[in-house]
Amino acid sequence: MRRVACNDKTMSNIIGENIKRLYNFLHNASSKTKILMGVGLAVVLETAFLQFHAFTIFWVIIYTFVTLSLLFIVLANIAKKTFSSFAFVLPALIIFSIFYIYPFFKVLQLSHNSWDGISPTMSFVGFANFKEILQDKIWWGAMGNAGYITLIALTFQNILALALALACDRQIKGRNFFRVIFFIPPVLSEVVVGLIWRWIYDGDYGLLNHALVAMGLKDLIRNWLSDPQTALTCVAVIHCWKGFGWGFMILLAGLQTIPRELYEAARVDGANGWQSFRNVTIPLMIPVFVLVAILTILGTMQVFVLILSMTGGGPGYHTEVPVTRILASMQGSSMFGYACAQGLTFGVILMMVSFAQIGISRKLKQA
Amino acid sequence: MNINKYTFTNSVVSFFVYLFLGAVAITCVFPLLWMLGSSLKTQSTVFSDMSLIPRAMHWENFYLAWTKGGFGVYFLNSLFYTTIVVFGIVIVSSWAAYAFSRMNFPGKNLFFFMFLGAMMIPLPGSFVPLYVLVNTVREALLTFLNAASPFLLKFLPEQFVVGSIDFIENQFYPRTAYVLCMINVGLSLSIYMLKTFFDKMPKELEDAARIDGCTRMGIWRHVAIPLAKPAIAVIVIYNALSVWNEYILANLILSSKDLMPLQRGLMVFQGEHITQYPLLMAGMTITVLPIVVIYLAMQKFIIKGITAGAVVG
Repeated sequence: MRRVACNDKTMSNIIGENIKRLYNFLHNASSKTKILMGVGLAVVLETAFLQFHAFTIFWVIIYTFVTLSLLFIVLANIAKKTFSSFAFVLPALIIFSIFYIYPFFKVLQLSHNSWDGISPTMSFVGFANFKEILQDKIWWGAMGNAGYITLIALTFQNILALALALACDRQIKGRNFFRVIFFIPPVLSEVVVGLIWRWIYDGDYGLLNHALVAMGLKDLIRNWLSDPQTALTCVAVIHCWKGFGWGFMILLAGLQTIPRELYEAARVDGANGWQSFRNVTIPLMIPVFVLVAILTILGTMQVFVLILSMTGGGPGYHTEVPVTRILASMQGSSMFGYACAQGLTFGVILMMVSFAQIGISRKLKQA
Repeated sequence: MNINKYTFTNSVVSFFVYLFLGAVAITCVFPLLWMLGSSLKTQSTVFSDMSLIPRAMHWENFYLAWTKGGFGVYFLNSLFYTTIVVFGIVIVSSWAAYAFSRMNFPGKNLFFFMFLGAMMIPLPGSFVPLYVLVNTVREALLTFLNAASPFLLKFLPEQFVVGSIDFIENQFYPRTAYVLCMINVGLSLSIYMLKTFFDKMPKELEDAARIDGCTRMGIWRHVAIPLAKPAIAVIVIYNALSVWNEYILANLILSSKDLMPLQRGLMVFQGEHITQYPLLMAGMTITVLPIVVIYLAMQKFIIKGITAGAVVG
């Protein structure tokens, strides 16, 4: 028996061992190595694509390779008699493959092509789409607008959330009531929020102008959402209105984990309210602040439904954000290749923010 | 004396705290009340009558929005999509999470990291390929059906074949595509949340069930799912909210009015009848009402689910 077992080093076992070794290597590699390998893989794929994209065989090889490697795992499961376990993951895996693997290669292909979305052929343009993005003033203006909204959300929204959380952290009655009320805006859909506020801001019939007249501030009346000076800020304020409930919830949860004894000790040592806030609350809350800041950045950079329903990007391009630009190149001017390149650029920027998030929170955990 | 001073400053501080909290709370609720009030006014009073509670209540606006405004169709569509998508996500993700947590098989870690990695890909980056994917499959399906129809006509009556091809093209395919897209959007997070829940669950009950001769599917159905009810409740509510409030994929995939969910329908209505504010507000009330009612009834789960979703995703 033992001899048989020794001779059992078949092809599949050798492959299996090497895969295991590769997996262990990847699993134990430092995050820098992982990122470097990811970038390297992307460069290799990109080079191969630029060389061979025109040959059908390239696509055949790529899709066959992906299919075969999935098939290989299925066969490995059958061979190891674990298929009945594997079957539990299968539905999720099928959906995942449909919606990630094909789109992944499609992005690679489309972003180097010029295509109107209808015609059966597309023309290869190399890096022209990306060059165009670099020179696209509207696109970078949209990036700037998203940055402006993010800045307002980071400061105004989060300071409001923190103030509310601090107020609710005191021994007050009705804390639960306020928690429920403050979380109503985040539960509503962006379309509804946008349409309600669009009307409140309306120049002729809006409630805001009506209230200003009633208060005797006639000079302030304006067409809030079609005035280039105010449109973006108005949208940003509504974004904060919709979003502060999140920050409030997370900050309040963080504040309530701070042991009360620390505050008592600070008071015994003679600290006043501000000093105990400065020296007890803030140091302990820094990880929570970072989390809220990152969530705000990631969430706000992707805002667009609110803008579609409030201004549609106007007046001019004053409230455009990257995602509305992607949709405009796709649905408005039928430049699918360009839209894809925009999506890729934007996606990579957001992924970099996410990676920075992981790095920062890891460092904070170590500290 | 000292104590009196202390309680005095304290009560002044709490007065301002309550004032601040109350003011913010009013701004949170006011737009909703304003929407409800406006939905009960008429076209002629809506711009002049600025009171929150109108003098004459025009409940027929809701009837008009439901029938003529098309919000009845949109509402039923939203209900349909939300039910199917949430059901699909719960089944698929609890299978996968259970396997990731309790079973061992080749490729397990690879797939789990794939699902985790998918959470980091932002949706805006994949609009175009998703749209292209849905259209490509539609073209392929139509080509196949048209090629197959002469063959089918030999056995089946013409009306039936034409009718079913039409049904597949205009009803079945777009709905399926949208539902699958939405399942995919919610899947990763749900798998992750359920897996962490299953990891904390004691294994003894499952072992007992196995000894009693339960199959794997039986253990999943009769032991794991009932024990995971709190986590599943969070997932159901989180996903139901996100499907009900979803706009952009509906915009990309669904083009005909009888397929649209509420959010898309609102935008279409707003584009077509820009001045019919009472009906628009009635439609928005129809959209918001189920959410607010469910939120107030189950706010504990919702707050938990949404904050968990934010922290993970």
